[in-house]
Amino acid sequence: MTTFHFELVSPEKLLFSGEVESVVVPGVEGQFTVLKDHAPVMSILKAGIVEIFATVTRAPERLVVRGGFADVAPSGLTLLADQATPLEQFDMAQLAQDIRDAEDDLADAKTDEALKSASEKLGQLQELKAVVGA
Amino acid sequence: MASLKDLRTRIASVKATQKITKAMQMVAAAKLRRAQTAVEAARPYAERMERVLANLAAGFEPGAGPALLAGNGRSETHLLVVATAERGLCGGFNTSIVRLAREKALALQAEGKTVKILCIGKKGYDQLRRQFEKQIVDLIDLRAVRQIAFEHADPIGQKVIKMFEQGEFDVATLFYSKFRSVIQQVPTAQRLIPAEIHGGAGGAASYEFEPDQDEILSALLPRNISVQIFRAILENAASEQGARMSAMDNATRNAGEMIRKQTTIYNRTRQAMITKELIEIISGAEAL
Repeated sequence: MTTFHFELVSPEKLLFSGEVESVVVPGVEGQFTVLKDHAPVMSILKAGIVEIFATVTRAPERLVVRGGFADVAPSGLTLLADQATPLEQFDMAQLAQDIRDAEDDLADAKTDEALKSASEKLGQLQELKAVVGA
Repeated sequence: MASLKDLRTRIASVKATQKITKAMQMVAAAKLRRAQTAVEAARPYAERMERVLANLAAGFEPGAGPALLAGNGRSETHLLVVATAERGLCGGFNTSIVRLAREKALALQAEGKTVKILCIGKKGYDQLRRQFEKQIVDLIDLRAVRQIAFEHADPIGQKVIKMFEQGEFDVATLFYSKFRSVIQQVPTAQRLIPAEIHGGAGGAASYEFEPDQDEILSALLPRNISVQIFRAILENAASEQGARMSAMDNATRNAGEMIRKQTTIYNRTRQAMITKELIEIISGAEAL
């Protein structure tokens, strides 16, 4: 199988850069796998797990991302993650704390707009918990 | 002529100052290393972001597209976001950023435009306040922040966007100092709104969008502003430490020079005194 160039960056650092065979991306409208010569797509990411297969046969490198953008261009795939952590370093306690905070926000929300954004955030976090916990 | 005691006190005080500047230089050197790593780590994200934006912008006619990308078609009110340090004693670092911002503000005022200033960092605020008291809309204080993270820059970006959406300004420009090397920091002005797009994308690929183009742009553009501000603050942090390091290096060297000179004067005075006393004793003895 042929490889393509993949980069995963968060605002604070470059987490991955190199040739890979396939990457599974948690798009906001569903997960999708990117292989070489994928059609150009621009997608918003939702919170979830990115799986990087350097070669398809080997176990993937898994990272937790919390939103961001995916840019599939002819030159390769670039993920601009809002936050990214390798799965083994991911802090479940922190996530639980964030979920509690989000629940508090939801309870405190006064305007419709605040209510909407808080419930969206909570939904994302809970989804993330389900995915990571599995 | 100063007495010996005065000279001694003077030398002691310069020595104490030299110790402080030396310590500050070493602290700055250590902090610089950390700040430099942070800047370098943040660069890839900002660069990729620019490329993605350029790809997207290529799909629009010049002047068309969302307001954050293309502007709102006016340029009456300008917002100058001036990012400086929270502390002084770093050579011309703060002054050079402020000077650039001030020139721009004066030029705009001369054209009859309205200027508003948003200060990030206390030092710039202190310097600009004298001249632009009325124009300054806010001061963002990052003194309590040790290591700047994206969470600190994001609220600033959102604040700028909110002001833009409420029609408080038409064009935003960000002033900061780009970190080239320890001895070279370049004060830079960068346009935030409308977004500054570097280099057209080579043959804009016909993208598919998930969910759709508008939604992606409306998420990406605000994010880009926060990222640019974040990068500016990081560049500033590294520049500040670099500037402080060289300023303190100079100060230490000057103090050394001063100590050397003062010591020569001190020794000379001491010798003159001894000679004088000897002459007095000898002439006294001869008189007998």
